[in-house]
Amino acid sequence: MTAQLAELQAAEVLTDPPSGGDDHGFQGVESPAVAVTKRTISYGVLIFFALIYLGPFLLSIATSFKTSAGSLAKPLSLIPNPISTLAWRQLFGFSKSVVDIKLGRWTLNSIIVTVCITVGRVGLASLAGYSLARIRFPGRKQVLALILGVMMVPGVVLLIPRFLILKQLSLRNSYMGMVIPLLVDCAAIYLMKQNFEALPISVEEAARIDGANTFRIFRTIVLPMARPSLIAVTVLSVQGAWNEFTMFLVANDKPELNTLTLGLSQFKGGLGSGSNHPLLLGAALLTTIPIIIVFFTFQRYFTGDASTGSDK
Amino acid sequence: MSTLQLKKLNKTYENGYEAVPSLDIAVNDGEFLVLVGPSGCGKSTVLRMVAGLEDITSGDMVIDGVRVNDMSPQQRDIAMVFQNYALYPNMTVGENIGFAMKLRKVDKNIMAAKIKEVGELLELTPVLDRRPGQLSGGQRQRVAMGRAIVREPKLFLMDEPLSNLDAKLRVQTRGEISRLQRRLGVTTLYVTHDQVEAMTMGDRVAVLRRGHLMQCASPQQLYQSPDNLFVGQFIGSPSMNVMKATVIEVDKVPALKIGAQTLTLSPEALTRLPGLASMVGRDVAFGVRPEALGREGTGSLDVKVELVEMLGAELLVHATIDSPLVKQTDDGIETGTKDTSMIIVSMDPRHMVAVGDRVTLPVDTTRIHLFDMTNGDAIGFTN
Repeated sequence: MTAQLAELQAAEVLTDPPSGGDDHGFQGVESPAVAVTKRTISYGVLIFFALIYLGPFLLSIATSFKTSAGSLAKPLSLIPNPISTLAWRQLFGFSKSVVDIKLGRWTLNSIIVTVCITVGRVGLASLAGYSLARIRFPGRKQVLALILGVMMVPGVVLLIPRFLILKQLSLRNSYMGMVIPLLVDCAAIYLMKQNFEALPISVEEAARIDGANTFRIFRTIVLPMARPSLIAVTVLSVQGAWNEFTMFLVANDKPELNTLTLGLSQFKGGLGSGSNHPLLLGAALLTTIPIIIVFFTFQRYFTGDASTGSDK
Repeated sequence: MSTLQLKKLNKTYENGYEAVPSLDIAVNDGEFLVLVGPSGCGKSTVLRMVAGLEDITSGDMVIDGVRVNDMSPQQRDIAMVFQNYALYPNMTVGENIGFAMKLRKVDKNIMAAKIKEVGELLELTPVLDRRPGQLSGGQRQRVAMGRAIVREPKLFLMDEPLSNLDAKLRVQTRGEISRLQRRLGVTTLYVTHDQVEAMTMGDRVAVLRRGHLMQCASPQQLYQSPDNLFVGQFIGSPSMNVMKATVIEVDKVPALKIGAQTLTLSPEALTRLPGLASMVGRDVAFGVRPEALGREGTGSLDVKVELVEMLGAELLVHATIDSPLVKQTDDGIETGTKDTSMIIVSMDPRHMVAVGDRVTLPVDTTRIHLFDMTNGDAIGFTN
């Protein structure tokens, strides 16, 4: 009886005209069945892409808890069988490993270069972006064209010239050698320039009339208004520097200056550790955590408009 | 005590565009001078040049007898209120008002006292700790005013400060700014495209067109004795009716032929137009304001009623008259291609007029305006 009632109700829902359709003369309002189908399809597509993106990440977690043999036997299995914490114990130094794992040292090195590169990039990109956006100087257009041009050059192309320059200047195997080539980022300069141009210029003019000089205006008025872009550049720089591998590989071959990315690469190359996927993926997961924290911490600032209230 | 003089001021941009060809204006001490004109007439450029935000191509700008052409904005000791208020979004209202003092390293106690005083004057005390983003449009406008007032500058510059407010608030703020300016006595240059604002606020109004000064006079004088057709049509709402007319002679007395009709002029009108007798046979632009028609007067014109708008205090009648309209365009004085033109008449609201009626309107010929058809200059009026 209940089932019959439910069927009847379902049939009514399906055959009923959409509510309000007669009163307001709406045309083309979908029936609930069509709406449900559409929603199912769109969720299906979303879930599919979410799995594509999440899959490798989940596989990393699963593999880090597999045994080395288990990871080779069933590489795509999301359920470790048998479960092993060996890789994690090796990473944190509780068990011996074939390769020399200096997680603490690598993390420290990664933090040092990431902080230096980020501070440099944010500082220089905002200064350069502001001058390109607001200060009329001879050759401004040419400088801008040059910056755009450099953005088009693939990073790999610059590796060997950078290597040669670092060698000539005896900067290899030092923090300086790892940081300086990455201090300036054309994309960041361009992003900041575009952002500064979008800010209401009258606010800067008001400050000029109030008696502020250009640097004061930049520091006190413009930078706070550009906060969302500064955060974006910061997050992108942190991510870029933290994950940088090739430039560090070119600039450094001293083990004590290894960053996490350089350290991790040893897991793959070393004899007898070439197949140690649990260790490699466990370490890779660990290195991702700081980036995830940075991203989620600053995510909410991306959308905020810091110039709200300056006009109208 | 400050004066401002603009002498042969010219602004030519790098691409050769001459925004202001040669402008001469003097603003007296304590005076409220309004620069008004349609968009692109160069009024904001002039204001920005006075502020020091735009370079002066040639000519002189003198504040209190000192040439300030090459001085930076801060050296000129001026304060400006921007159209979009340009408040510092990351600072509180109090910090916004005190920013200029902070830069001048004014003593903190004096600064706090001044911010408090201005806050009270502009009724901003409850919001002094808020940021601009949390304020209403009217409050933001007052903060922008406060930032200017607290400086006690030589000159106030205001660039359409009311254009972002809604109609009711605009009328209210208009009065507040006028009162404040009179109370403080600071020489003020105010830019607007709204002729009602210009007429109600200014001690004198300078009408600009394509960078040229068309007339600079008191609101009353601008309205009653416009120097040219442009000012005549720009000032006044609804604007002046202008149509083609020919000077003729009736019984050896000058009169106007408008379409097929003859408008005789009263002796008072003729004394105001001493040169008219020598212009017999010439075409002129005949201008008459809506309120000089349809109320009382010695002349008369026949029109056909097309639309009636009852506004309560007045009755606006749109009617056709059998003479082509004349207007000032960018290319000069243009005569309409049709033989008739639409005019607006402001009548006593107690009149009963219906659409389609043919009515004879009394014309107050002492309040008519005649303009030259070649250059638009006013003809022969003496006040």
